[in-house]
Amino acid sequence: MTANQSETISTKIWREEPEPDNPFAARACYCSGYDVYGDLLGKITWIEYVWLLFRLDPPTPVQKTLLEGLAVGLANPGPRDPSIHAAMSAGVGGSTHASALIAAIAVGAGNLGGAREVLTAMQYWAQCGTDLDAWRGIIATPPVEERTDVWPAMEHTPGFDPNGARCPTPVRQLLDHLATHSDGAILPWLAAHRETLEQCAASPLAFSGVAAATLHELGFSPEQGEMLFLMLRLPGAAAHALEQHMNWARFPFFGSGLTLTDDPGPVARTGKQP
Amino acid sequence: MTGPAMLKEFEDNWVTAMGAWFPGERVVLRGKDVLSDLGRRPWMEYLVYAITGRESPELARLIEGIWAISCSYPDPRLWNNRVAALAGTSRSTGVLAIASAVSVTEATLYGLRPIKRAMDFFYRADSKLKQGQSLEEVIRTELKSFRVVSGYGRPIAETDERISPLLRFAKTLGKGNGPYVKLALQVHDYLKNSRYKNQINIAALAAAILADEGLSPEDLYNLATLAFVAGMFPCYIDARQKPEGALYPLRTTRINYRGAETRHWG
Repeated sequence: MTANQSETISTKIWREEPEPDNPFAARACYCSGYDVYGDLLGKITWIEYVWLLFRLDPPTPVQKTLLEGLAVGLANPGPRDPSIHAAMSAGVGGSTHASALIAAIAVGAGNLGGAREVLTAMQYWAQCGTDLDAWRGIIATPPVEERTDVWPAMEHTPGFDPNGARCPTPVRQLLDHLATHSDGAILPWLAAHRETLEQCAASPLAFSGVAAATLHELGFSPEQGEMLFLMLRLPGAAAHALEQHMNWARFPFFGSGLTLTDDPGPVARTGKQP
Repeated sequence: MTGPAMLKEFEDNWVTAMGAWFPGERVVLRGKDVLSDLGRRPWMEYLVYAITGRESPELARLIEGIWAISCSYPDPRLWNNRVAALAGTSRSTGVLAIASAVSVTEATLYGLRPIKRAMDFFYRADSKLKQGQSLEEVIRTELKSFRVVSGYGRPIAETDERISPLLRFAKTLGKGNGPYVKLALQVHDYLKNSRYKNQINIAALAAAILADEGLSPEDLYNLATLAFVAGMFPCYIDARQKPEGALYPLRTTRINYRGAETRHWG
């Protein structure tokens, strides 16, 4: 045993007991006190287990219903969505399956319809709650970071689609479903004030906005919401990437969809420009 | 040694000749001091040394030229670059864009898989030729086993515009005339005149040039991992500079649905 063995991983999430013949294998695993394989397995749904991992206590029936509904609503943004497009771009060239999900996460992480937008929108919810005047103020004068960051600055009101026309029907359907099942204040308020907020933002509510409101109402932190949004959109990315496996010849290449405006023209074989 | 005994042996115990950081003091890579020695050399020489353990400005220059000519096409339509561009249009970070695009470069039709497999093919083919098989037998066996000869044929375009420039560059360094390059061109001549019509692509030529330098497929794979990034950055930057969501938006009619008829759940 070396001195470094005093270094440990501190966690409130996970406890293990070792197998008697192998200290590197667990005999039992406990998630926030529950025996995962000896108790939870067979009793708990996947979405309840996800909740437990993040929140360390079981969800109420309403909380479970809302997170489950949101998970269904986010599971597949469809093949036109940039994150799914990225996953399919991995699929068509026969890239590794992991890279398809990495691509979906990277492209779906950003400020436009991505997880960072959800985080920022949740910060708006934390600041404004159900105060319409506060929303009007933050939309008119959004917070600006004094110093730069790796993340691009927001270019639109988070949770709203800058390229939208009116709120798409599926976004309204998801919001209505969640607001109907809610026992909180946020989702019913958003459903009632959606059009007012859309007028303030000059753009329609997006799925990212519904996700942010739901996750805020459920008590998740913005950082937890960002993580959950990244995770919950992966099923569609995986399915579409597999469907397009090596399908490059029947996948959009946009062959005539690029115009080069700074072109030196063909260069002679000597390497010198004509 | 395997199992728990092996894990106990390695518990808090990583013995390595590769390198280490001595905080606040110095860094060592493969037995050389970084701050006073390796750090003063060109970055490509550092990378080649890190991966292969070989100190060779000549090899580093050859690999750098292969990278520059072959790998970094700044076109967002190419699938790995498209991921970087999509990250830009979605306002993700630059590192997420490049890291994900690099991971997608580990593809079957292009990128890392053909590069590694092409070199592996040349080594296996050379071994079979030395055992007395004909080139035709070797190629036919490869096609029968794998349906393709890695490094030959190309999606989107038939010919590879990079072959002549790379050969010309290699010759400026006195390279490109070795036995594996000759073998690669012989395979090209055979396949081009066969019913397969496949022509040599850059993966095969780069692999052959570096096989003549004695690199292993694993060395080549590691060395090629970052070769594509100079084409990815422009795609990300360009998409970042254009309106958000502007890269190849698709209207709903661009989905050519071929699945089940509309039905109801439950």
